[in-house]
Amino acid sequence: MIERRPRVAVVVFPGSNDDGDAAWALGAIGAEADLVWHAETELPDVGAVILPGGFSYGDYLRCGAIARFSPVMAAVGSFAADGGLVLGTCNGFQILCEAGLLPGVLRRNTSMRYVCRDVTLRVERTDTPFTTRCEEGQLLTMPVKHGEGCWFADEALLAEVEARGQVVLRYEGDNPNGSLADIAGIVNAEGNVFGLMPHPEHAVDSLTGSADGALVLASLVDAIRDRLSVGTAV
Amino acid sequence: MRATVLVRPKAGILDPQGQAIEGSLRQLGFAVGEARVGRVVDLQLDASDPVAARAEVELMCEQLLANPLIESYEIELGA
Repeated sequence: MIERRPRVAVVVFPGSNDDGDAAWALGAIGAEADLVWHAETELPDVGAVILPGGFSYGDYLRCGAIARFSPVMAAVGSFAADGGLVLGTCNGFQILCEAGLLPGVLRRNTSMRYVCRDVTLRVERTDTPFTTRCEEGQLLTMPVKHGEGCWFADEALLAEVEARGQVVLRYEGDNPNGSLADIAGIVNAEGNVFGLMPHPEHAVDSLTGSADGALVLASLVDAIRDRLSVGTAV
Repeated sequence: MRATVLVRPKAGILDPQGQAIEGSLRQLGFAVGEARVGRVVDLQLDASDPVAARAEVELMCEQLLANPLIESYEIELGA
């Protein structure tokens, strides 16, 4: 039997600009990207969905606030509700928060400056489908590039997020945006939706500085393979 | 009927944009306290009943115009 390459939908919004890198990175780790235009109302048969970075709808109103109403987002919402794996990077993270699929909101960096540099991240959880290839406490290097990456929630919501262990990645040492509790990436309570400001798709080859992002993407692809093999065994 | 929606950062929420403006105003020699920056949305509505119009604009605020986690809003109805 020929093994199927796991397929991942990469949603393309007007203003997305990391869709190409996300697709390339998936190819580099043995998966197959399926670019899906935001106006589609259905997702193809995929094992996961990536909402890439960029400036969907020009970041008008609030980052991610308009993209949330794209036709494809209803399908992404049902996919997630059925337990489907969804990864949002940067603008994708902002969209997931605005859509209510992840808690909190991404606000203007406290420095008021756009940041573009490598940051160090500490892995807080390795039991999510996005971090199984990491070790707890492992330090990862990945780039950030954003003006609005300051994750915020009120005290009660932050306490809830911490108590449920939803924080997957924290900035170590250098917090580039002033996010609460140095939060860089969080999952939903069910653990199948993950958003982060850093860019795993820009860090899959040491040629560009770090290949640590491949750990996140490969964890996701492993999870799809596991699910597929369970599916075929039944 | 016209409506104006004022969206503001909630009290106590850090507003880096407001802080930057505050600093610039001081540099210009103005004696200002705190500056906070919000957003104004002017709307032209089909509704003519003010009660119905307000209810509709409130829904707009809840669903799109403001993020309740960080923003409060005020609605002003005009003629």
